[in-house]
Amino acid sequence: MTADVEAAQATPSLEVRGLHKSFGTVEVLKGVDLTVAHREMVFVLGPSGSGKSTMLRCCNRLEEPDSGLILLEGDPVTGKGVNLNAIRQRIGMVFQAFNLYPHLNARKNVTLALRKVRGMSRDEADARAMEALTRVGLADKSENHPSELSGGQQQRVAIARALALEPQVMLFDEPTSALDPELVGDVLAVMREVKAAGMTMLVVSHEMKFAREAADRVIFMDQGRIVEQGPPERIFGAPEHDRTRAFLSRVTGD
Amino acid sequence: MDRIIQQFFNVEIMIAAWPMLLDGLGVTLLLCLAVIPLGLAGGLLAALGSLARSRWVRLPTIFFVDFFRAVPPLVLLIFIYAGLPFAGLRISPFTAVVIGFFLNNSAYYGEIFRAGIQSVGFGQTEAARSTGLTATQTLAHVVLPQAVRNVLPDLLSNTIEVVKLTSLASVVSLGELLHAADMARSVTYNASPIVLAALVYLILLWPFVRLVSRFGRGLGA
Amino acid sequence: MTQWERFLDTFFNAAVLAKYTPAILQGVWVTVWLSVLIVLAGIGLGVALAVIRSFGWRLASFAIVVFADVMRAVPPLVLILIVFFGLPNAGIFLSSFFVLFVVLALVLAAFAEEIVWAGITSVDKGQWEAARSTGLGFGQSLAFVVLPQALRMGIPPLTNRAIAITKMTALGTVIGVPDILNQATTAQSFSGNASPLMLAAVVYVALFLPLVILSRWLENRFAWRKA
Repeated sequence: MTADVEAAQATPSLEVRGLHKSFGTVEVLKGVDLTVAHREMVFVLGPSGSGKSTMLRCCNRLEEPDSGLILLEGDPVTGKGVNLNAIRQRIGMVFQAFNLYPHLNARKNVTLALRKVRGMSRDEADARAMEALTRVGLADKSENHPSELSGGQQQRVAIARALALEPQVMLFDEPTSALDPELVGDVLAVMREVKAAGMTMLVVSHEMKFAREAADRVIFMDQGRIVEQGPPERIFGAPEHDRTRAFLSRVTGD
Repeated sequence: MDRIIQQFFNVEIMIAAWPMLLDGLGVTLLLCLAVIPLGLAGGLLAALGSLARSRWVRLPTIFFVDFFRAVPPLVLLIFIYAGLPFAGLRISPFTAVVIGFFLNNSAYYGEIFRAGIQSVGFGQTEAARSTGLTATQTLAHVVLPQAVRNVLPDLLSNTIEVVKLTSLASVVSLGELLHAADMARSVTYNASPIVLAALVYLILLWPFVRLVSRFGRGLGA
Repeated sequence: MTQWERFLDTFFNAAVLAKYTPAILQGVWVTVWLSVLIVLAGIGLGVALAVIRSFGWRLASFAIVVFADVMRAVPPLVLILIVFFGLPNAGIFLSSFFVLFVVLALVLAAFAEEIVWAGITSVDKGQWEAARSTGLGFGQSLAFVVLPQALRMGIPPLTNRAIAITKMTALGTVIGVPDILNQATTAQSFSGNASPLMLAAVVYVALFLPLVILSRWLENRFAWRKA
């Protein structure tokens, strides 16, 4: 770990402590502890059913944790009396299925929260939306409806929608797994740009190659727990746990 | 409050009127037994006609369907019941109602069957024909079973409407459930018999209304 | 008279038509006015009920479901007769126009509520999640993200239902609302000729056929394209 990242981790951007979550009798998260430093990109790997998506969705309380503590810049996300809508503006989220609003064009998909949550004027919100769409390379598609965009373009609009709120952390829930292979690259390029601009990112994804190149840290989860974590070179090159090794050999096909 | 109960929920009057209503219910059920199968059969024909390749079949059928979807059923009934005798055609109220319902229901069921048939992908027909099935066999064994399944909620929902519409037959003095209840009302000067009729309809149709709502989830219709 | 002349005289008698056309046109005014009121009130109330139901308050939802079920299971003519003949004896006097309006608007509201509610429940869960993740509240997510999609899905069935129920304004005849059918049956019994009924049928077709064609077009247009 570089000294830079170490210093940043002293005041974590996102902090998760003792996270538990069950669906019915199935315990999906069995106590997860995790800190994400400022400007850090953390990749979460694991087999399906390992709880990685649930963990991510607990971070902005789309899933309600059973117990545990989540802090954003030291402010509580969990617990009574938290203004959920206020805190969610500070946490951007990108979904596997994009979840763009089909009745609104790309620009309005971005401006809706700016206007209704931030109370921006139409002009202000439009300007901000165009800025965000330009960043993801889709300024020329601002008036198109989602049904007129490719999957990759839709996901980039979804990223713009999250970016425009200027969040302190962004959560990516398998952002490329619903995409045709040839469209994945564009989305990853946008994510790389977002990271370069200094965003703190927590990413659940199966894009191993991207993780190896771009992640600052890789976490391996299995059966509701973090099994091991470290810089990508070590996790991919010399995993310590059998389960990590088994998983990696299965997905990389070696 | 007492007055309202007396006027709408007078149990004595309801009990006295019950035998009449039961007779009326019999006629209503008989009417349903006649008009629902007829409407389904006419609807199937209308659907096939409105999808026919020949425009000489297709356009008149579509006009037939739209025409009878535009005419209020009561207008149709009164036209048949009160209008045709002027032209020298004497028919019983029952026949008039059956004819009117046949025309109206064929149009509505026809639209539902058409949507159902169109919802089955053309690949199904191609696959069936490629195995040597004839056009009729393809329709009967491959397309229609899927079509009916796809529009089952709409068929059910329309059938509920048909049963409710049989109450219009009371206007042309066919002695069905509502007619019987209205007779009882005019004798007793009390609305309770009609409330009782409403309860009978409710008991008869409520399970199906629930079922339609259950179907509605996730279908958007 | 030949058969054909008798037919024409019975259904297309010029003198009878000329005499009663003004009355039937007055009926058109009543029918159109009633229809507009019923559609506005019925769909407005139906949407409101569906929105209230989406808040998930047990008691309110239960009451709405009971209302919608009863209104959909009992024939409108039965409801009309109960209200029209029952209320005066209970000391409440309403005009036949008003009774017809209230009953049909409530029936349409029941169907509209079910259609919009089905739409709301069939909007993908991810839409709610995306909206909530950007900080929109429950009400805002419903108003700006979910309801517009639900309404759009509901347009074809709502149109069909609205047409079917406005056609039922003809039921007003039974309680003496001076609508098209009522004017025509009155004219028919005065004149002893079926031409007014024929005219009424033609007027109904002229009024409703464009709407039926519109509904056909809407069904194709709004066949839902998933994004």
